[in-house]
Amino acid sequence: MRIHRAAAVALRHYYLLRGSLARFLPLFAWVAIDMVLWGFMSRYLNTVTSQAYNFVPALLGAVLLWDFFIRVMQGVTMVFFEDVWSRNFLNMFASPLSISEYLGGLVLSSIATSTIGLGVMLVLASAVFGLSFAVYGALFVPFLLVLFLFGIALGIFGCALVLRLGPASEWFVWPIPALLSPFAGVFYPLSTLPAWMQSVSHVLPPSYVFEGMRALAAGGTFQVSTLAWGGGLAVVEILLACAFFTRVHQQAVRSGLIARYSAESVS
Amino acid sequence: MSAMLTSGAGPGAPRGDAGASTVLSVVDLRKEYGGKAAVRGVSFEVRRGEIVGLLGPNGAGKTTTINMVLGVLQPTAGAIHIERLDLAKQRSAALELTNFAAVYSPLPGNLTVYQNLRVFGLIYGVKALGARIAELLEQFDLVRYRDVKCGVLSSGEQTRVALAKAMLNRPHLLLLDEPTASLDPATARDLRARIREFAEQGSGGVLWTSHNMYEVEEVCDRVLFLSHGQVLLEGDPRTLPSEHGQPSLEELFITVAREPLALERS
Repeated sequence: MRIHRAAAVALRHYYLLRGSLARFLPLFAWVAIDMVLWGFMSRYLNTVTSQAYNFVPALLGAVLLWDFFIRVMQGVTMVFFEDVWSRNFLNMFASPLSISEYLGGLVLSSIATSTIGLGVMLVLASAVFGLSFAVYGALFVPFLLVLFLFGIALGIFGCALVLRLGPASEWFVWPIPALLSPFAGVFYPLSTLPAWMQSVSHVLPPSYVFEGMRALAAGGTFQVSTLAWGGGLAVVEILLACAFFTRVHQQAVRSGLIARYSAESVS
Repeated sequence: MSAMLTSGAGPGAPRGDAGASTVLSVVDLRKEYGGKAAVRGVSFEVRRGEIVGLLGPNGAGKTTTINMVLGVLQPTAGAIHIERLDLAKQRSAALELTNFAAVYSPLPGNLTVYQNLRVFGLIYGVKALGARIAELLEQFDLVRYRDVKCGVLSSGEQTRVALAKAMLNRPHLLLLDEPTASLDPATARDLRARIREFAEQGSGGVLWTSHNMYEVEEVCDRVLFLSHGQVLLEGDPRTLPSEHGQPSLEELFITVAREPLALERS
């Protein structure tokens, strides 16, 4: 893998972000709105429920972490969509760029864009609503890491899906986080869910993060090994997503879809 | 390949070791879609310093062949070597020595000329990229458009940008799919001169598709006529028509398009 090729993919996205308010604003605008909305919601719940329980770390913290995961995933898919929208596949894939370098570029770009969103959320949540990250202790960083890894996995999976099904299928990708959120237990313990939903939750790394986050916010303890399991699961899912993308790309090269992508299918 | 007819090689014919001067070797290339063959056993070479015209009517298999050489379409059978690198096994290394410009593949219109050249320069691993971009902007008369988005340029200007991108890595193999299709005659002539200049430098070869037979005669050292996915004729574009009883390359093209079987029998 040549890092300069992956960097080129990220540089292209940097150029696009730098020159377009419509691309730059969403990096932090929607997450900032979420922080404000859920920040006030948490405050309100604190006033109407038992004084013993603080909703800010449990609710606002959950929204912050979930929004971070979404930013990571969209950070990957947006760079790919730029190639779809500008009909740039032939220029990219008829170059020396390998699939691992291309995906590496999507990840590099996502690291940069999701960091901006995270920074804005951290400032707003702590400065305006008094969210103290000390509640989560040192585990806050692994929480972010697991969500980051899963966001990357899902982003690559989404790109593969659009490569396979054509440009219009991007609308399958946008709602994926909303589809997963009930299973991930973002706002409630997994024990709330019926057994079949819990079995889905167990293959979703975010569910380990949110269980841990709630335990720590309630003053309890959380096994690091449980989180490590979630992290391991996310790594496996990244590998599976990369394998899926590679397979879809190979199929598109066999069928000629890469060269005629705007046709959506070659049949 | 049994139907292929050849004539004397053009001015770009190899001297000395043929293997060393070959930049592109295509052997028995075949592409089938669901059992239907789009390219049927095509073989040819492009040598260093040579411009080879790939001609044929729409649907003859030109773009399919070029897409296979570019690695974006997997052949059903056959082999492609770029500077002796097997494209199927050493894809990145082979494509690092290749570049292309095609009328149907413009550079992203939402990036400026400079940004596009910088991004693709990094992808192709161009050394001293800043200086190379400055050189190409000068060479293709693009200095004043350096910071203009490609999407707002005229089609002629966009073609010049695409060619500047295609020259970024000083390719050993340059693929041009109808590069002058949207250009006015003056710009097209200028562009042909630049491609000719590139070939005369002797470091790379060019595979060129065009429907403009005047242009092909002016630029190409050798032409390959494709029909129904096969190479039907090969030779010097200046002598090939008379060898097949046609007054001009255009008439020969029309004959290939309408009556390929007559040529196969001749």
